[in-house]
Amino acid sequence: MSNKVIYAIYNDDDILMDAVKKTRAAHHHIEEVFTPFPVHGLDKAMGLAPTRLAICAFLYGICGISFGTWMMNYIMIQDWPQDIGGKPSFSYIENMPAFVPIMFEETVFFAAHLMVITFYMRSKLWPFKEAENPDVRTTDDHFLMEVAVNENEEELVSFFKSTGAVEVKVIEKQ
Amino acid sequence: MYTFSSKLKTFSLILMAVGLLGIGYGFLTAPKDIQEVEKLLAAGSHGEHAAVAHEVEKSSHEAGVTAEHKDVADAKEAAEHNEHLTHVLHQLQNKPWSALYVACIFFLLISMGVLAFYAIQQVAQAGWSPVLFRVMQGITAYLPVGSVLLFIFLVLSGLHFNHLFIWLDPEVVAHDEIISNKAGYLNFPFWIVRAAIFLIGWNLYRYFSRKNCLAQDEAQDDLNYKKNFKISAGFLVFFIVSESIMSWDWIMSIDPHWFSTLFGWYVFASFFVSGITMIAMVTLYLKSKGYLEYVNTSHIHDLAKFMFGISVFWTYLWFSQFMLIWYANIPEEVTYFITRIQLYNLPFFGAVVMNFLFPLLILINTDFKRITWILVMAGIVILLGHYIDFFNMIMPGTVGDQWFIGVSEIASVLFFLGLFIYVVFTALTKVPLLPKRNPFIEESKHFHY
Repeated sequence: MSNKVIYAIYNDDDILMDAVKKTRAAHHHIEEVFTPFPVHGLDKAMGLAPTRLAICAFLYGICGISFGTWMMNYIMIQDWPQDIGGKPSFSYIENMPAFVPIMFEETVFFAAHLMVITFYMRSKLWPFKEAENPDVRTTDDHFLMEVAVNENEEELVSFFKSTGAVEVKVIEKQ
Repeated sequence: MYTFSSKLKTFSLILMAVGLLGIGYGFLTAPKDIQEVEKLLAAGSHGEHAAVAHEVEKSSHEAGVTAEHKDVADAKEAAEHNEHLTHVLHQLQNKPWSALYVACIFFLLISMGVLAFYAIQQVAQAGWSPVLFRVMQGITAYLPVGSVLLFIFLVLSGLHFNHLFIWLDPEVVAHDEIISNKAGYLNFPFWIVRAAIFLIGWNLYRYFSRKNCLAQDEAQDDLNYKKNFKISAGFLVFFIVSESIMSWDWIMSIDPHWFSTLFGWYVFASFFVSGITMIAMVTLYLKSKGYLEYVNTSHIHDLAKFMFGISVFWTYLWFSQFMLIWYANIPEEVTYFITRIQLYNLPFFGAVVMNFLFPLLILINTDFKRITWILVMAGIVILLGHYIDFFNMIMPGTVGDQWFIGVSEIASVLFFLGLFIYVVFTALTKVPLLPKRNPFIEESKHFHY
């Protein structure tokens, strides 16, 4: 079986949105949509599941505050409880206000950085990664929808022509 | 048009009646003289005092002092005891007044928080909020009523009906160099004139803003809208100056030996978030009764985001004020927090839990910010938390360790809550709940996030 896909290219985000809705209504499977900028509501129209990145960030933040608390407790209270300028280092809670800036920053640091790294890993982005751009114009002013072809090539091409595509290409994928 | 449901009206009237009875009870049961205080103390906490007195007696016996010496010691002890009783008497007599004051200023400042939010929305030309303008105007209808009540209270304080502001007592000022050095600022005529100017200024803005907004409905052009934009910008400048001074005058001067530079912002954050929460509560109520056709979950979501964000902002200021003073530990500043931590431990830290931890964990979730019952729950906790915040600011300076959230406190809150509901929902019946010709009303009707 050949790996043929259709590249339907649009030059307006409103037309793209309509085309996505029609394609979904016609039950064609959308492999991917390439756009030069975020199109508001595109994920909803495509029926993509909502991201869980925020949940990750919350959990990373909890790790961060735990790390900050553990670190300050170990260093300042357990390991070497010195008297520094009369600050009470008998127990963590007594000297807690002094540690809050650190706990806060650790929370933000962990949440932010680990979330970004999670994003890179989940979306497979890293330096020297080969770009997966199917058509250079999609980074500038064109929108591209990629749809898998089964046997109905003729029918699909005419369908995408009717959705307002400026260009419809059938490509053999490796 | 909104119609005030008879149930809610009856409810508010009952709240006022119960509140008045409780307030009256609080004043009637406050002790009149030190004999009553002595009885109260003996009945309440006979452990500590008796033990101390006993020990003093015993030690003087053991030292084998002469009778003459013992008489002197006894006289001194009696004087000290008397002084202590007078001190407690003042605190107990302050208690019903303070309870009234906390509730009075809390509800007045809630409507001020709403007014500030409303002015910001006007000036920012927010596209989402115009469908809520009439709700905000309804809530700020409490402002004139609350202003009059608070002003009467301040005048009564100046006429020595109560002893909340000790710098109003010439006897105290004469013997207190710190306060007498502040007399150029803290004196009754200047203080009451400032209060009058602020209250009049705020009420004028509210009056004209609402008037212009209603005129805009019938107008053919946007002249009234532009007028509102300008007076809102002017009001915000006046507000931030007057708010700062108001917080020194009405709250910080309760503790005239203490000062804090970010106090104005701290008070502002406290009532600003309460005001936004109150907008959300009233909006949810009206929406549930089917009166706000164009308000959708996105509007509610935005309000919830403000509740969340400003709660965190309040905490930031709370902590900044506390931590700076705790860290440096300068005696003349730190007594403020020592009193609160030692005598008001639960309310002091409980306020942080209610105003920070709870909203932080509940309102961080996007889906939760659209669910009515979660928002109502979070809103109630935030409002109670900020009542306690004002309680913490005012009570330690007036009643000290004699605090208790009892009949006086609860009754005062119920009275002002009833009055607030009555005034706000009466005002909401006066005009349609949707502005007609606001330039942003179409955007606001179709707002979605």
